[in-house]
Amino acid sequence: MTRPITESELQAYVDDALDAPRRAEVADYLDRHRDIAQRIAGYTRQRATLRAALAPIADEPIPPQLDLAQLVAARRPPWPWRWAVAAIVLVGVSGAGGWLLRDRLAPAAPASSGIAALAQEASDSYRVYAPERAHPVELRDPAELARWISERIAHPVSIPDLTQAGYRFMGGRVVATTHGPAGLLMYDDDHGTRVVLLIRPMAVERDTAMALHTSGALRGYSWAARGIGYSVVAVAAPETLHPLADEVRRQIAAG
Amino acid sequence: MAEHAPDLEAQLAPLIPALRRYARALLRDRTAADDLVHDCLERAIGRWSQRRGDARTWVLAILHNLAMNQLRRSTRRGRHVELADADAGDPALARPATQQDRLQHEELLRALAQLPEDQRSVLLLVGVEDLSYADAARVLAVPIGTVMSRLSRARERLHRLLADDAAALPVALRSVP
Repeated sequence: MTRPITESELQAYVDDALDAPRRAEVADYLDRHRDIAQRIAGYTRQRATLRAALAPIADEPIPPQLDLAQLVAARRPPWPWRWAVAAIVLVGVSGAGGWLLRDRLAPAAPASSGIAALAQEASDSYRVYAPERAHPVELRDPAELARWISERIAHPVSIPDLTQAGYRFMGGRVVATTHGPAGLLMYDDDHGTRVVLLIRPMAVERDTAMALHTSGALRGYSWAARGIGYSVVAVAAPETLHPLADEVRRQIAAG
Repeated sequence: MAEHAPDLEAQLAPLIPALRRYARALLRDRTAADDLVHDCLERAIGRWSQRRGDARTWVLAILHNLAMNQLRRSTRRGRHVELADADAGDPALARPATQQDRLQHEELLRALAQLPEDQRSVLLLVGVEDLSYADAARVLAVPIGTVMSRLSRARERLHRLLADDAAALPVALRSVP
């Protein structure tokens, strides 16, 4: 003897939500009750028509304002906040190379390698050594310093001359970075503005365009050429710093 | 938060077409519906780490609550009926192959718009979005028994509305099976 059929089970029959044995029992019941069968058949048609009427909406292309990747990106904390927490260096960018760079760094992981890491290390080194009054540099002799750095980073380094731009060479040292030893060169102008150039080999992003980065009051221009990364950092306006970075790059390229 | 992004995008992105469909079927207005889905996605992203159970049920519940708030506001402003009728001819709601189908779909959607919201949403969640009765109960925050009785009433009422419509049509336009 079968259980009585409930109204809920008739609805579940319409939605095909019954298990097979019970579905067979309901079908059998409907065979014997034509008036109810007619009502249920009407519901089934109604269900199919409703699905067909609304189906085109789900087939439409997703409008741009509902692009999930953009919505996720927009919810990320603003740059200065990320900076403090994630120690990401790259903020401002310039030119097409800069945009590519930014896109590459946009994923939330802290920039722990490549040109962004170099920029971070340069800013960190600047903060340690540039304010130093007694011992801002360890070696003042350009030839001796060049030998020392060249040996430690296993790459021949020459000391750029920035006197034409109004900056005197002060000296430098080898500094520690998370990517191994790097050479630090320091320059200053008549107003006491100090500029730091950090040089080290690049494992990734061995050739990049020059990109501006900002870290608090610090501005920097970083780039990589033939496997060596360079980052010029100072508390200075980009308009002042950019020509300096261009001059460094020009002298290095000239060899 | 951000490290959840790949998981979040993989789970949420495939749901967007259904979210748009549900929102538009409730609001009957493309722009208002997409705005609602936008708000829904922002909330889902913001609360992703707090979600429990099936992502689809969870995000449909967010959307449903937003839609109900919006409809209540519209009703208070006396715009509900306008909204329901405003774009009955929305091409996106009617792109079927034949004129006959198109008329039939428009007729059904007009009737759907006349259902009370609680009946309309259960009909859409179960009949169109394929939610189980248990999941529909979660979205609507009601017992399963309530889902079943609303579903039964919704289908019967829709049937009557369409029968009345058919009776009111000129004989020449009445469809012949």
